[in-house]
Amino acid sequence: MAMNYNAKDEVDGGPPCAPGGSAKTRRPDNTAFKQQRLPAWQPILTAGTVLPIFFIIGLIFIPIGIGIFVTSNNIREIEGNVFMYYGLSNFYQNHRRYVKSRDDSQLNGDSSALLNPSKECEPYRRNEDKPIAPCGAIANSMFNDTLELFLIGNDSYPIPIALKKKGIAWWTDKNVKFRNPPGGDNLKERFKGTTKPVNWLKPVYMLDSDPDNNGFINEDFIVWMRTAALPTFRKLYRLIERKSDLHPTLPAGRYSLNVTYNYPVHYFDGRKRMILSTISWMGGKNPFLGIAYIAVGSISFLLGVVLLVINHKYRNSSNTADITI
Amino acid sequence: MEREPAGTEEPGPPGRRRRREGRTRTVRSNLLPPPGAEDPAAGAAKGERRRRRRCAQHLADNRLKTTKYTLLSFLPKNLFEQFHRPANVYFVFIALLNFVPAVNAFQPGLALAPVLFILAITAFRDLWEDYSRHRSDHKINHLGCLVFSREEKKYVNRFWKEIHVGDFVRLRCNEIFPADILLLSSSDPDGLCHIETANLDGETNLKRRQVVRGFSELVSEFNPLTFTSVIECEKPNNDLSRFRGCIIHDNGKKAGLYKENLLLRGCTLRNTDAVVGIVIYAGHETKALLNNSGPRYKRSKLERQMNCDVLWCVLLLVCMSLFSAVGHGLWIWRYQEKKSLFHVPKSDGSSLSPVTAAVYSFLTMIIVLQVLIPISLYVSIEIVKACQVYFINQDMQLYDEETDSQLQCRALNITEDLGQIQYIFSDKTGTLTENKMVFRRCTVSGVEYSHDANAQRLARYQEADSEEEEVVPRRGSASQRGSIGSHQSVRMVHRTQSTKSHRRTGSRAEAKRASMLSKHTAFSSPMEKDITPDPKLLEKVSECDKSLAVVRHREHPLAHLSPELSDVFDFFIALTICNTVVVTSPDQPRTKVRVRFELKSPVKTIEDFLRRFTPSCLTSGCSSIGSLATNKSNHKLGSSFLSTPSSDGMLLRLEERLGQPTSAIASNGYSSQADNWASELAQEQESERELRYEAESPDEAALVYAARAYNCVLVERLHDQVSVELPHLGRLTFELLHTLGFDSIRKRMSVVIRHPLTDEINVYTKGADSVVMDLLQPCSSVDARGRHQKKIRSKTQNYLNLYAAEGLRTLCIAKRVLSKEEYACWLQSHLEAESSLENSEELLFQSAIRLETNLHLLGATGIEDRLQDGVPETISKLRQAGLQIWVLTGDKQETAVNIAYACKLLDHDEEVITLNATSQEACAALLDQCLHYVHSRGLQRAPEKTKGKVSMRFSSLCPPSTSTASGRSPSLVIDGRSLAYALEKNLEDKFLFLAKQCRSVLCCRSTPLQKSMVVKLVRSKLKAMTLAIGDGANDVSMIQVADVGVGISGQEGMQAVMASDFAVPKFRYLERLLILHGHWCYSRLANMVLYFFYKNTMFVGLLFWFQFFCGFSASAMIDQWYLIFFNLLFSSLPPLVTGVLDRDVPANVLLTNPQLYKSGQNMEEYRPRTFWFNMADATFQSLVCFSIPYLAYYDSNVDLFTWGTPIVTIALLTFLLHLGIETKTWTWLNWITCGFSVLLFFTVALIYNASCATCYPPSNPYWTMQALLGDPVFYLTCLMTPVAALLPRLFFRSLQGSIFPTQLQLARQLTRKSPRRCNAPKETFAQGHLPKDSGTEHSSGRTVKTSVPLSQPSWHTQQPVCSLEASGEPSTVDMSMPLREHTLLEGLSAPAPMSSAPGEAVLRSPGGCPEESKVRAASTGRVTPLSSLFSLPTFSLLNWISSWSLVSRLGSILQFSRTEQLADGQAGCGLPVQPHSGRSGLQGPDHRLLMGASSRRSQ
Repeated sequence: MAMNYNAKDEVDGGPPCAPGGSAKTRRPDNTAFKQQRLPAWQPILTAGTVLPIFFIIGLIFIPIGIGIFVTSNNIREIEGNVFMYYGLSNFYQNHRRYVKSRDDSQLNGDSSALLNPSKECEPYRRNEDKPIAPCGAIANSMFNDTLELFLIGNDSYPIPIALKKKGIAWWTDKNVKFRNPPGGDNLKERFKGTTKPVNWLKPVYMLDSDPDNNGFINEDFIVWMRTAALPTFRKLYRLIERKSDLHPTLPAGRYSLNVTYNYPVHYFDGRKRMILSTISWMGGKNPFLGIAYIAVGSISFLLGVVLLVINHKYRNSSNTADITI
Repeated sequence: MEREPAGTEEPGPPGRRRRREGRTRTVRSNLLPPPGAEDPAAGAAKGERRRRRRCAQHLADNRLKTTKYTLLSFLPKNLFEQFHRPANVYFVFIALLNFVPAVNAFQPGLALAPVLFILAITAFRDLWEDYSRHRSDHKINHLGCLVFSREEKKYVNRFWKEIHVGDFVRLRCNEIFPADILLLSSSDPDGLCHIETANLDGETNLKRRQVVRGFSELVSEFNPLTFTSVIECEKPNNDLSRFRGCIIHDNGKKAGLYKENLLLRGCTLRNTDAVVGIVIYAGHETKALLNNSGPRYKRSKLERQMNCDVLWCVLLLVCMSLFSAVGHGLWIWRYQEKKSLFHVPKSDGSSLSPVTAAVYSFLTMIIVLQVLIPISLYVSIEIVKACQVYFINQDMQLYDEETDSQLQCRALNITEDLGQIQYIFSDKTGTLTENKMVFRRCTVSGVEYSHDANAQRLARYQEADSEEEEVVPRRGSASQRGSIGSHQSVRMVHRTQSTKSHRRTGSRAEAKRASMLSKHTAFSSPMEKDITPDPKLLEKVSECDKSLAVVRHREHPLAHLSPELSDVFDFFIALTICNTVVVTSPDQPRTKVRVRFELKSPVKTIEDFLRRFTPSCLTSGCSSIGSLATNKSNHKLGSSFLSTPSSDGMLLRLEERLGQPTSAIASNGYSSQADNWASELAQEQESERELRYEAESPDEAALVYAARAYNCVLVERLHDQVSVELPHLGRLTFELLHTLGFDSIRKRMSVVIRHPLTDEINVYTKGADSVVMDLLQPCSSVDARGRHQKKIRSKTQNYLNLYAAEGLRTLCIAKRVLSKEEYACWLQSHLEAESSLENSEELLFQSAIRLETNLHLLGATGIEDRLQDGVPETISKLRQAGLQIWVLTGDKQETAVNIAYACKLLDHDEEVITLNATSQEACAALLDQCLHYVHSRGLQRAPEKTKGKVSMRFSSLCPPSTSTASGRSPSLVIDGRSLAYALEKNLEDKFLFLAKQCRSVLCCRSTPLQKSMVVKLVRSKLKAMTLAIGDGANDVSMIQVADVGVGISGQEGMQAVMASDFAVPKFRYLERLLILHGHWCYSRLANMVLYFFYKNTMFVGLLFWFQFFCGFSASAMIDQWYLIFFNLLFSSLPPLVTGVLDRDVPANVLLTNPQLYKSGQNMEEYRPRTFWFNMADATFQSLVCFSIPYLAYYDSNVDLFTWGTPIVTIALLTFLLHLGIETKTWTWLNWITCGFSVLLFFTVALIYNASCATCYPPSNPYWTMQALLGDPVFYLTCLMTPVAALLPRLFFRSLQGSIFPTQLQLARQLTRKSPRRCNAPKETFAQGHLPKDSGTEHSSGRTVKTSVPLSQPSWHTQQPVCSLEASGEPSTVDMSMPLREHTLLEGLSAPAPMSSAPGEAVLRSPGGCPEESKVRAASTGRVTPLSSLFSLPTFSLLNWISSWSLVSRLGSILQFSRTEQLADGQAGCGLPVQPHSGRSGLQGPDHRLLMGASSRRSQ
């Protein structure tokens, strides 16, 4: 781009005072700002000035894209911690009324909100004259299938894979946003006076045996409450931690997945999936970004070439160009 | 306007203040006892009185209240006002929609926030304005004033606000009138007082006001308690120049009241010790306040266009919402029955029907997508315009040092219109010219006095102007000395000296200003005052003076002079006294001449007349002369001194010696020098210094100064007498009987005086020559005297034409001697007219006409009105900028045409079409012919463009110049009468079409109404942007009608400025205002508006695409806080800075390439096409900005708002980068604001996302941003998406810049390539275009085929006018023009002698030359029809035409002219001659068509 730092006007002096000085004139101040003479960079967009930008973009983006692409493809190797997801398709967690249907104060352990949930939760606010404990449509539709993974070893006896339930939610969610209501030690006691959501099989205080993962701070629940952006989404279900550096986390072999089917999706043409994936520095496997970078970089490079040609062709004419009417 | 109930002390019944009172108002003294105390026997009279009194009491008091609100009413009233704007209503409606639970998209309170923010800012601004108004009101209301108190029986100090109608007010010198007051008494013995109306209309000259008749004769001091009369006057109105009423005394006598009796609020009392008056109108009913209309609100073209596009946006919004609603209905219908887990039923558990859901969704979508209608746009535009106004006001180069004034923007919201002007309508006098009238030459009794020395003097001023800063190397050079000559008075030498000292002080402008400031007198720059007399005339004047001094006491002193000398004497007397010039000396109070005649006042009654004109009184004429002996001797001393050559030379030497010291003396000039010199001189200087002439128009002052140069000095003017001082005669005191003021219909003024020497009653009339020449006494050609008179007249007329040809303003001076009987007869009717209440104006007019007949012509004057600095340059620049300039002037055609040449409005080598028609039919025919001619010309020039017939369509978009760009288009000159015909409904299209083809149009003799009609016509029919510029009251209507009105704050007061949108000190500032600021304002605002549309569409697009993935549920992935504050906070500042500061082309390039202005005229920056292109780009960008994050996060575990936040970030970055592409100049402010925006977004996001863990449902964005900042994908998407989105735009812009750059881009590129070229661009750039202008030069030699249908000239209306079809066959003249003009030019290069009498020969040089050449030129064609024309008698207009239009290369002048002065013209070709056709123009339309090939003689 053209560099034309136009500072020549800056020099000429300050406000010229009348020699008499007594007469107060209405003469405006002679400052660069008031006289609109601020020094300025004046880029001019022509093929010649812009084409370096296109080349630079191309030269930067293509390597980045290749890098990302390679990283993304490397995720296949099951090394390090393996993440177990469940995926749902055609499930509109981002529907406007669905998204609103929750009470964050209740989930934060506010005792008044516990017994008197927000109106936003309607119609999942009360059931049989009792407040629903995690109220709202989001909580009501929580994914409640149970997935178990077994390695079918040589001895044909399935070895259950240890699935870690904790550590799948955002730290801030688990520790700040979601809290169990205050009260006695007994979680059931704390949720007294509430009832379970309509679709749930068991009340909220029986989600898990671990007291650190029960009630509102159950991580499966927390993960579910983070509504997905798009109708096709996945949610983290379990972690499979790597035991030692020597062995792969999931050794090659036959595995079986045991699904306790509670969650009907075929009514609305939904699909359920289970995904096992590792994570790279840039998240889960998604080849798109890499490809996109390469594509944008290439296009940019191509346009740069076009501009080069045009610049070559039109440079002469624009040199002699004059303003003509 | 709020009107308070009058008078708290008056317990009147409430609610009666708006009582109907008929057409008049009755005012009585408040000092009379209240009605209750009156004698009960008064009976019916009492009731009547009480009624009247009530009326009077319920008139407004004098409290000024311009505030709109009170503390209580502020909120409701302000809100009410704000809700008058549709935009506000819309936004509030949207916000309120949020409160409906079924449709709400945002938290209701949050949605209200931006609207409340906007409303609050506006309210605060209004409150502040109102408060400052209140403070100024308070200050004014508590000014003090002396009011007569009934209780204390004396004047007591009261506040202004306590004054009521009917109060008696006493004011002292230099006090300001608190209300409109009827003048009842003055300390001046004549019952006069002087006021300065600067506060009202900016005129600094003093105006005279007069005590109500009947009160001036009071011997003792006026006592308010004795005032029992009743005043009946008009209802309050805003007409400053009119006041009518009458005062009814107790004895039933009535006396008329006029505007001379009324003291207006806001004026200042000057030169008078004290006055007493009764308040007639108070407070808001005063004329000053009724005139005070607030600032004007205009809507600019750009804004209109923008509003149209806003409507498109509304349509788009509705479409998107509708689409969404349908989609949602279908979605619901599909999923409802399927027990979808994510389906949320209504609160009662039942399901929504798809249709209801769709309706709700529609409303919600409107809320969600409301951003599409840019609330921020309106706010931003206001801010940007305010800043633009600020910058225009601050421009140093629009500051005028001379007047210490800068450009004022009075209208705040049409700055961008300045960049789109297509037509400029300009006044001439005071706008193109300086309105500094300088006496140039005169003719008396048929003898011309050329005043060569005077011309040289003026030339020196010119020179001084041009070399302003240059120090004059040697003062008093030999040539100057020589030019002064022996006839020069010493005074004159001093004056030149003084002017030289001006020049030597350095900046001449500064000196001018200093002199202006120090004197406070209008129209009295040294240039206007110091007139060098013509030696011949001076001699004659002094001869008169001397011989009259000898014979003064004889019976008929004037009869002893030769007729010529007598005329000379009368001429100068008329110059001196036939005016309304007031003689003042501001340094000291006016000293009255106490020696008075027994005749006190102008003749007002018949008895008065009889009493005065008894023979015994007739001798009293010059009784006062003896008392003035000292004065007279002074003069004698002086003049004898002057007449000695030796002393003259001595003085010159003296002057030379004193040269160095005097050079140090600043502007105060000769008065201070005079102290060093001989005492006589000092005395003379002293006396001279005291005399200061305050005139209402500059012409008057110029004439009085001219007379003074001939030692005929106006020394005193009272309302009943005028004193003139002559060197030998001494002081002559003329008794002033009547003054018939100037009006624009009569175009003349007269004074009726009694001549002290002859005791005759004389009428001196001064007026436009066209009028006065018609009023002359018909002189028979029988006796020698009559023949002589006739000869004088024709000579004078000849000179008048010559003057006009020189561009001088001409005035005729005439005289009439009235016999006593005539006078008595006239007086009778005049008095009747004066006292009538109804249509006295009409009657007075008639009365004046009766008086001003049978005049005896004395002579004529030529006054020069010099062009303002830089006018020709400005006009040529503006024209290069594609502006069509029309000059609409009230001046006569000849003067106007010459000024037009002088200011390069007309070009010497271009054709001029002159339209002078005397009837509707003639005008129509003429227009047809002109059109035909222009058309055929166009056909010939650009055959591809015309399609056989002149179409009457007006393309609104293309400026007029483009159609005729190929060749030089002709100019059109039209006079007022023809204009009136041309503006008729059936002709206006033709006229407009013709005018559109013309390069420039000059309308002469046009009335203010016509001016505005022309502007209106062009504005409405051509759909063009118009600008009207003028300085006087006669331009006000035009200024108001035009899209942009510009007032010149010149010498003719402030009325034009008051009505204008912009006020400039000089015409030349228009160039910078339009070409630079106009262009910038337009391009800035256009780009900003486009940018806002883009921004909003793109943002809304993101939300809309998301609807496809959320079941059209009107869900938003963007947090509502971002959604609502994005426009207001994060993305608002950078476009504002760009909108305020961006300079698409640097100033110097714009100024040197005015044609760049055309981009604004053609709306290149912001066209419908550009708008839709912009919208398409916005759609594309939003698609990219949505789809890349979508694909990047597809099938991931991202949650809704964690996905939405990168999208907002991407949008912000894209916006800024987009702005970067569109910004042409990057100052540090741009960088800072862009950085600030990004920083602000992240800061706000981080704070917001950390602030509350459970707040802000439903998004609950706790720690979202923080989490994102740790995610590399966030950075990767934010890096790539804006680049991908903007690649096409950047590519397109660079392609455009290379392959098909616009003019503006070229200009920008040129600046860069050769920055040096721009520093000295005047030569390089300007010349780049000159060859194009002169490019057609070579074509002059080619054969021109012009089809010109000629009409048989017709003298009678009965005959079909211009009846080529009827009487003569249409004749086509093939004018094969040989290359002959240079030979012709050689023969004609000598200046045209204009001395011979007009109307004798036809083919007389130079008048005949065009015809001659035409005959020769046309000889190859058919000569027959032409020859009939060429043998037509020549007439007056021909004379001036021939002076500038002699030969034409190819074109023709179509001249249609009245034969006005054709007294003894000969019959041409057997055409019927009308005897005495001098007057015939008024009776019957006689016209003829002259086709003369003509062009300017190259000079």
